[in-house]
Amino acid sequence: MDNIAGQNQGARIAVNITVIILVLLWLLPTIGLFVSSFRDRDQISNSGWWLSPFSVEQNFRIRVGTDTARQIDGVHVIEGNAFRAPELEQVFEGHEGQISAFGTRAVAPDEFTPGERVELRQGGVLTVEADGSFRIENTEEFGARGPTIYVMALSPPRFTLFNYNTVLSADGMDRAFINTLTVAIPATIIPILIAAFAAYALAWMDFPGRGLLIAAVVGLLVVPLQLALVPLLSLHTSVGIGQSFLGIWLAHTGFGLPLAVYLLRNYMVGLPRDIIESAKVDGATDFQIFVRIILPLSFPALASFAIFQFLWTWNDLLVAKVFLPSGTDSQVMTVKIADDLLGSRGGDWGILASAAFVSIAVPLVVFFTMQRYLVRGLLAGSVK
Amino acid sequence: MPPVLQGILTIIIGVGGCVGYFYASNLILDKVIFPAKGPKAGININRANKVRPWLFLFPAMFALGLYLAYPVVGSFWRSLFDRSGANFIGLGNYFDLFSESTFRTAVFNNLLWVLFVPAMATFLGLLVAQLTDRLSWGNIAKSLIFMPMAISFVGASLIWKFVYAANPDIGIINALRDFFGMQTLDPLQVQFWNNFFLMFILVWIQTGFAMVILSAALRGIPEETIEAAIIDGANAFQIFFQIKVPQIMGTIVVVWTTITILVLKVFDIVYTMTGGNFGTHILPSYMMTYMFRDDGRATAVAFVIMLLVLPVMIWNIRQARKEMR
Repeated sequence: MDNIAGQNQGARIAVNITVIILVLLWLLPTIGLFVSSFRDRDQISNSGWWLSPFSVEQNFRIRVGTDTARQIDGVHVIEGNAFRAPELEQVFEGHEGQISAFGTRAVAPDEFTPGERVELRQGGVLTVEADGSFRIENTEEFGARGPTIYVMALSPPRFTLFNYNTVLSADGMDRAFINTLTVAIPATIIPILIAAFAAYALAWMDFPGRGLLIAAVVGLLVVPLQLALVPLLSLHTSVGIGQSFLGIWLAHTGFGLPLAVYLLRNYMVGLPRDIIESAKVDGATDFQIFVRIILPLSFPALASFAIFQFLWTWNDLLVAKVFLPSGTDSQVMTVKIADDLLGSRGGDWGILASAAFVSIAVPLVVFFTMQRYLVRGLLAGSVK
Repeated sequence: MPPVLQGILTIIIGVGGCVGYFYASNLILDKVIFPAKGPKAGININRANKVRPWLFLFPAMFALGLYLAYPVVGSFWRSLFDRSGANFIGLGNYFDLFSESTFRTAVFNNLLWVLFVPAMATFLGLLVAQLTDRLSWGNIAKSLIFMPMAISFVGASLIWKFVYAANPDIGIINALRDFFGMQTLDPLQVQFWNNFFLMFILVWIQTGFAMVILSAALRGIPEETIEAAIIDGANAFQIFFQIKVPQIMGTIVVVWTTITILVLKVFDIVYTMTGGNFGTHILPSYMMTYMFRDDGRATAVAFVIMLLVLPVMIWNIRQARKEMR
């Protein structure tokens, strides 16, 4: 009945187009990064990722060897094919391609069109054909060092796992991945249990001051993390935990608790009263009710909090920067990217892109497989 | 011991310790302190039931108190001391901060963030929620717009670093400028507006959150109100703005405040994108410049953030108390 969009054809098309544009706007940046992470490093800097399915005009430098020089009718000649040169061989399989321009100086690699005759500075005449074959003629003998030729050639699109290999081996992202996992899993599991007991008490047990405690939890929900950093770090240092994995697990547990207690309590309050009361009549203790009835029934809420906490701890940069030592042994991926790679590999987009993807792959999988619980948790936390 | 093993051990100790604590403390309460037998069985059961909630609550309360409540006081106390922590200087750190121009820029930028990001994310979320409501592929569209929620702020910053890159062969914005014959530029160095380019990254992440909640709220609107409006001849815009929006106003406010609080915590985006250069500092990123260098200043900045959060906190607590009644 309230099919506003469907009132007429024009409006429906407009809605569809608007949504398509919005979705593309939301999706394109991520796709760009994803595509770039598989591209060859030279191609990334030569053409945008949106052109990645097409050939890229790339510049190559060939050092011509003089050992193949021959003497024909008193003229010294070097003949060869650019596509067979070692510099191009790995890019052009089958040794075929198109030369679009060539040059003799690094500053002007596209000075001449194929077929032109060019005087070399060190003497001799160079011709390069479009199919890559070149010929250098010289009346004098060539020295030990041959001339250098620059060619511009359309190189086919190349996708490799090279960036991922580099990031995971040389840049130590593998270690950071394991560190992130090490931080995230205990920091997800431990608060759930503590919070579940507290949530049960706040939802189903009667005691003075319950309302105040709930209000306090709601208040703590919004306390900025920044406040906790300095006092807790000095507390950790004074009790001997210092900057360590134990410290970050404790910190994440503390920071995650308000949301956990709040979400779980909201959910548990909604469980049917009859079940709990009849269990009490049958002589079950609170502990038994909690373990046998409340926990299994609260599974959806437990799952949604677990997802939240996992995503939060996995993606966190601030807590990791403060509560973990800064050495490579204990760096998590976010710190690695923000502090290490952006500095040392700042211009190396392929490396950055693949590092980013290594770090967001797990959250994306969790997100798409468990979206249902995530949405449910969000709704339980906000719409009341 | 390698951290992985340490982690597994922590899970076992943590989970085992929790279960053990709850089980054992209940057992001791029921069997040893207030045994439910003998002449005082009835009184003992009542007494045990009065203590029990606190057994359940104790670990959570302890952790909350230590990790969130104590720091509010602890940070404020620390901010009254100088860098070494030995000399009491009263509000000296705060006065110093306010005389610094970077701090004032950070406060100003933070206010921009607090105004712009929640408004934009809520507006876009509402727009998408409404547009996809009756769309056949609406759920796919929502899922894709929701996706950035899973991505870390650092990951999102990298994604947008690609978009904003000054090189027209990498950044799509400069590629478009190039295509239309304009000069390429680095968006992150355009004074003042660069703040908005950074804010948009957070909007990109948070729109999905707003959309999910608002879309559930839109579905909860009773059909009759809309039917009545249609019969009365209201057009699509009137129905949306005069019938639907007022009915979900409560939810809109919740979404708005939730994002506002988030905005006051996020330092990652500024830290990764510009490092606070080109006039883009906000309070959380500004605080990190003092972290590990001058704890007095760092805690003073943190406490300023706390003051900004305070109104929202009070409002939240009021709301929660209202619901409980």
